[in-house]
Amino acid sequence: MKPAIVHVHAGGPLIALVGNPNCGKTALFNVLTGSRQKVANYAGVTVERKEGQYVRSDGKKLRVLDLPGAYSLNPRSPDERVTVDVLMGRARGEKRPDRVICVVDATNLRRNLRLVLAVKRLGIPMAVALNMTDLARRRGLAIDPDALAAELGVPVVSTVAVRRNGAEAVRALLDAPADHWQRAADTPVHAETVSVEADHDAVQRILVALKLDTLSPQGLSDRIDQVVLHPVFGMALLMAVLFFIFQAVFAWAEAPMGWIEAATGWAASSVASAMPAGWLQSLLVDGVIAGTGGVLIFLPQILILFFFILVLEESGYLPRAAFLLDRLMGSVGLSGRSFIPLLSSFACAIPGIMAARTISSPRDRLVTIMIAPLMTCSARLPVYALLIAAFIPRREIAGVELQGLVLFGLYVAGALSAAAIAWIAKQFTAGALPRPLMMELPTYHWPTPRNVLIGLLQRAEIFLKRVGGIIFVLTLLIWFLASFPAPPVGSTAPAIETSLAGTLGRLLAVIFEPIGFNWQISIALVPGMAAREVAVSALGTVYALSATGDDTAQALIPLIAHSWSLATALSLLTWFVFAPQCLSTLATVKRETGSWKWVGVMAGYLFGLAWIASFIVYRLAMLAGWG
Amino acid sequence: MFTLDHATLQSTWRIAAVHAPAAAPEWADWLRELGFLPGEPVRVMARAAGGDPIVVRVGTSTFALRCAEAACIEVIALTREQAP
Repeated sequence: MKPAIVHVHAGGPLIALVGNPNCGKTALFNVLTGSRQKVANYAGVTVERKEGQYVRSDGKKLRVLDLPGAYSLNPRSPDERVTVDVLMGRARGEKRPDRVICVVDATNLRRNLRLVLAVKRLGIPMAVALNMTDLARRRGLAIDPDALAAELGVPVVSTVAVRRNGAEAVRALLDAPADHWQRAADTPVHAETVSVEADHDAVQRILVALKLDTLSPQGLSDRIDQVVLHPVFGMALLMAVLFFIFQAVFAWAEAPMGWIEAATGWAASSVASAMPAGWLQSLLVDGVIAGTGGVLIFLPQILILFFFILVLEESGYLPRAAFLLDRLMGSVGLSGRSFIPLLSSFACAIPGIMAARTISSPRDRLVTIMIAPLMTCSARLPVYALLIAAFIPRREIAGVELQGLVLFGLYVAGALSAAAIAWIAKQFTAGALPRPLMMELPTYHWPTPRNVLIGLLQRAEIFLKRVGGIIFVLTLLIWFLASFPAPPVGSTAPAIETSLAGTLGRLLAVIFEPIGFNWQISIALVPGMAAREVAVSALGTVYALSATGDDTAQALIPLIAHSWSLATALSLLTWFVFAPQCLSTLATVKRETGSWKWVGVMAGYLFGLAWIASFIVYRLAMLAGWG
Repeated sequence: MFTLDHATLQSTWRIAAVHAPAAAPEWADWLRELGFLPGEPVRVMARAAGGDPIVVRVGTSTFALRCAEAACIEVIALTREQAP
């Protein structure tokens, strides 16, 4: 066990919220703290840490910590370990909470109260927030908080955290002086000495005493599940939902992406006209503005995708989708839990890799991270769009547009190769036992707009801060490589040819010759490492076109259509299915796995795969006479 | 020993014991902490295509379990007719 490092924390008493997963703990946290929240990571682990501020009626500020949901104090995942460590006062860099609010799902007392008993034994002053009392009442469960308080020996209040004024009773508790909260036990009992069965019996006694030991039917949720979990209808519904989300991600994002593009262009031209040409102007326009604009443009797609993920998560549908897909994912050695990270990766691999944190099996988590970049992220679209427009004829085959068919084929190729890689990993690493699933399917809820909005704002902030920072720095680096050393006086060639990036590109051409890439493509692949879509504007620069952004793509199409063979184009398309994962993805992998080894493995296998696949495609295309 | 993974759809049983496979001894505790405790009623709510995983109601909670996990849960009949 790691030694406890106790840090002195400013900012008043610390209140921790604990509870089973799906007990409405985060909703209560949102009601108590509103937008005064800070999302970060716990020291040394990639578990999301949410702290908020609660302002008492007398103006005093309290810190509120939303601990990860846990079923018991016997941790089974990195998330649950954090909860236990914080409560025990042995989490690195965390103060032991001064008070604990145990959030309890009133419709699910038998399971939730066991955690209350375990937390009570820790000896921290605590209270119980009996949440979802409205749902309990609708199911005919009338729970008397005072009677429950008498049984438990700690204060109990009723809450309906999904309503704005549903937490008044908790506010009253927080506003009361701290000594109002009973110290549950003067001599804390070591948690391991009490068995689950003993706690279960104690809960059973309480439920019998309160006349709550009946099992209420879950009519509506069960009726919905008859369709949603149905092997045929449920799967059809899931496919329809996914199809709709994909349509929305691309269709709804079109307009805001256009605005961001226009704003970037406007900023670039304003800066360019406001200052003299030179390296500083180039740094600001080509480096800073183009770089940040290139990141910002994917924000709409990421937000739309996360909007759907949050709504599906809040409603309780996502674990059901994971259930439906478990078998399919199991055939390649993964579990249904990998579904959400891989779905996110279609917008961008970075949030997808971060979402892999919820996978409890370390092996599954690693494999999911490794194959996430094979999901076609939105940054590859501009490259695909350019190459398809230049080389695939606008023609219909059996009533289907050929260009669209090729694009769809590229998406399928990515997903299939991800499955193949996971399957290969399974042959080497999967043990005899299947990985644990043990996944709760919570009752359905209407998503509350406030919780979705808060979640969305947090995603946006994380994306802009972390990814924006990395891409920003890398773009500056690429700009530097592509601009220095400056071309000799009198040189008519574009600056990039004599620059470090140009030299690098010609060196790389040796490697890329066999798969049909010329030196111009090789150079473009260098900045394409910062962000894939940069390859498009880089090609434009290399072909010495004095245009930017969209204009480049437009003028570039006839140019490359004339100067490249179809075999080269197909080879490059294949290359982008697999390889140049952007550097920010690799940086995220480093942070999430904590090791450069896995960064190396990922970069190595993706490059290898890309080269071999491109080689095969190029040679086959040459044989077909498309050279 | 009759285990939950063999139970038919929508049939209700009572948990007799939870056993863990030798390769994953932690499963027994994990299952108990989720509420799979002796005496609790369990019911198979749904099965995925191919029969694995299954959806199980225990107490008032619903969980998706792999058949390998459900096989850790020994159940007994609630009624005489049901006895295998």
